Amino acid sequence: MGYSCVVLVKQVPDTKRITGQAMNDDGTVNRAALPTIFNPEDLYALEMALDIRDRFGGTVAVVTMGPPAACEVLRESFYRGADRCVLITDRKAAASDTLATSYILSCAVRKIGRSDVVLCGRQAIDGDTAQVGPQLAEKLGIPQITCVQELHVLNGQTIRVTRNIGNGFELVECRLPVLLTVLDGAPMPRPSAGRRMMKYKKARARVEVEMDLAARMPDADQATRSAQVQTQMAVLAEKNLQIEQWTLADIGADLTWCGREGSPTKVHRIQSIVLTGKGHKSVQATDEAVAGMVEELITDHTIG
Amino acid sequence: MIEVNRQGEVWVFAEQEAAALSEVPLELLGKGRELADKLGVKLAAVLLGDGVKDLASKLIAYGADKVYLAEEPRLGYYQANGYAKVLCDLIHAHKPQICLFGATPIGRDLAPRIASAMKCGLTADCTDLQIGDHELPAGQGKHENLLLQIRPAFGGNIIATIINYDRWPQMATVREGVMPMLQADATRKGDVIDCDVNLNGTELPLKIIESRRTQKKVNLKSARVIVSGGAGVGSRENFKLCWDLANCLGAAVAGSRAAVDLGYIDRDHQVGQTGTTVRPALYIAVGISGAVQHRAGMAESAKIVAINTDKDAPIFGVAHYGIVGDLNVVIPKLIKAIRAGGRIDSNLPTAESGRKTKLGAGSNA
Ligand SMILES: Cc1cc2nc3c(=O)[nH]c(=O)nc-3n(C[C@H](O)[C@H](O)[C@H](O)COP(=O)(O)OP(=O)(O)OC[C@H]3O[C@@H](n4cnc5c(N)ncnc54)[C@H](O)[C@@H]3O)c2cc1C
Ligand SMILES: Cc1cc2nc3c(=O)[nH]c(=O)nc-3n(C[C@H](O)[C@H](O)[C@H](O)COP(=O)(O)OP(=O)(O)OC[C@H]3O[C@@H](n4cnc5c(N)ncnc54)[C@H](O)[C@@H]3O)c2cc1C
Repeated sequence: MGYSCVVLVKQVPDTKRITGQAMNDDGTVNRAALPTIFNPEDLYALEMALDIRDRFGGTVAVVTMGPPAACEVLRESFYRGADRCVLITDRKAAASDTLATSYILSCAVRKIGRSDVVLCGRQAIDGDTAQVGPQLAEKLGIPQITCVQELHVLNGQTIRVTRNIGNGFELVECRLPVLLTVLDGAPMPRPSAGRRMMKYKKARARVEVEMDLAARMPDADQATRSAQVQTQMAVLAEKNLQIEQWTLADIGADLTWCGREGSPTKVHRIQSIVLTGKGHKSVQATDEAVAGMVEELITDHTIG
Repeated sequence: MIEVNRQGEVWVFAEQEAAALSEVPLELLGKGRELADKLGVKLAAVLLGDGVKDLASKLIAYGADKVYLAEEPRLGYYQANGYAKVLCDLIHAHKPQICLFGATPIGRDLAPRIASAMKCGLTADCTDLQIGDHELPAGQGKHENLLLQIRPAFGGNIIATIINYDRWPQMATVREGVMPMLQADATRKGDVIDCDVNLNGTELPLKIIESRRTQKKVNLKSARVIVSGGAGVGSRENFKLCWDLANCLGAAVAGSRAAVDLGYIDRDHQVGQTGTTVRPALYIAVGISGAVQHRAGMAESAKIVAINTDKDAPIFGVAHYGIVGDLNVVIPKLIKAIRAGGRIDSNLPTAESGRKTKLGAGSNA
């Protein structure tokens, strides 16, 4: 029988590599100019789920909410060993804060079916809030264990883990189902497996197939194109190369709790930290230049 | 969620462990006092635990007008579900307009659980809080006296100001070490209000089998500003420059492994792969080349200033501000500029001359 694990993963801009080129003139971050990556701590969450399956049996499903491009992290999850991947994509989900995000994810996790262990990364490197995990646990009505560094045993109905809480450690036991948020100090994620890569690089979600056909058959009429999509999806399904794709309607989400409307937090103002094209701002070793830098640090609340 | 409630109090979660308060709730009371005075409402601390009644007077001395006290043996050891249940009940009963939590491991575990249950907003890891207005687009009016919640995001590359104008309370977690505490005043008066605790067994799902706290002498992790010195500082004596700079910033002092191995500073202070990983608001690296093992422990800092004589030192690759120069020259200039609040003031003595005077006075005596 084994354990049913669901891992929530997010595709994020590589915020460590932000340079001047990635800033818009109005000071906002131009996400399109940044490479996207698998949120680092989510790889550790995936590894913990795969480890549970390998040691105790079960299945690993991976879910992400994002634009079609987020299929990239799902394929990567397949390469590393995921059994099933789901993309939640819907324009009505745009501008969701953590409350709306966790609501949408909770609907998706419920639709997947029974889950014994739900795993998140501790924190995403773009929004940087670390709130989605605990909020998702609350929405699912299950306990949470945050900052998990090590999984010791899964024993029938209980799990035992070590939390790393910065100033110490806690050994904690809890009954299933439970939600874990996993830290980057947990066991190293396994690399992609060559054989799985060969197979799953062809995995696609419907929206990707549609976009691909639109590019390849720009003159075809609607009917021809949807017939083509049907055929290709059937082939993918047969070969188990399908990335399942759900809208908010598919997961039965109530729109009043999704997207901008479902989000109580609003952005009042964004200031960018001054970066030059070179990545850092050169400051001369003069009194004036050093004072100018200190003034900037005071103005943007870094010191003072 | 609760309705917008302009008469609502400002609340601070009084985090305690083993019946001892950390500094965070006291810092939050300092900021909370300012916000409550601006709004003309009361400031309350909410204290949960077992045998913690004695802490109430300290919370009052640090600025609280009231302490809501929820005591129960089962609250003796923190657990998200039980604490969230008690706090949600209290929020429903008293309808505060603002609730603040430390962005500590406990605060960041607890606050999202409450916000989700209350279906209200929550802003993470704020570095500043203010009261201000929010103008709606196209003449749709404005919301006055909101909590402006200021936080770094995007790996520290942007500062966002977040508001919540309709689904209250306005909740935020606040980074440790960024809000100044008030001077304790033992003569301050306040009310302690005993609260009912309603827990049914399901709210305590975790069994804590073992708990270890590492008592580090230095707490680099919670430092908001860190001055870190490397082999380039040259000697243990010269490391005093780093301590001086740290002193005028209220910062912690750290070092590279080379600085530790050379005996300039103790091992507790080492940052990097085999030391502590830090992500302060500001990391000032002086005389550190920026080896990958060092960067692993500090590259996530919101802002990095690097001072190095070698313009090709890798540390500049992760820096936001780079100063190519001799640290013995640059640090005194930096101290001078900080003392002047970022303005150029040629009348202020440099730290160098300041120290000389002191030394001179010393040798006269
Ligand atoms: C500048 C800025 C500031 C913001 N500040 C706030 C704020 O203070 N409060 C607030 O409520 N919202 C805020 N948001 C919105 C927030 O970033 C988004 O709601 C985001 O979708 C989730 O938050 P996070 O990136 O912080 O994720 P975190 O909570 O840090 O993510 C933790 C884990 O949850 C899972 N997860 C998160 N998102 C997804 C996803 N889309 N799909 C699958 N799994 C996921 C992953 O396992 C991840 O590791 C802010 C956004 C920006 C751009
Ligand atoms: C397994 C392993 C783990 C490690 N873990 C860590 C770790 O946790 N933390 C860590 O820090 N290192 C670690 N290291 C060591 C790391 O590789 C570097 O050797 C170390 O970080 C170098 O320290 P440094 O930058 O202070 O010294 P150096 O590399 O010697 O750099 C000194 C710098 O000072 C500059 N300088 C000299 N004089 C001046 C002046 N007057 N003014 C301004 N600048 C000046 C120089 O230009 C130079 O860039 C580890 C190494 C290994 C192999």
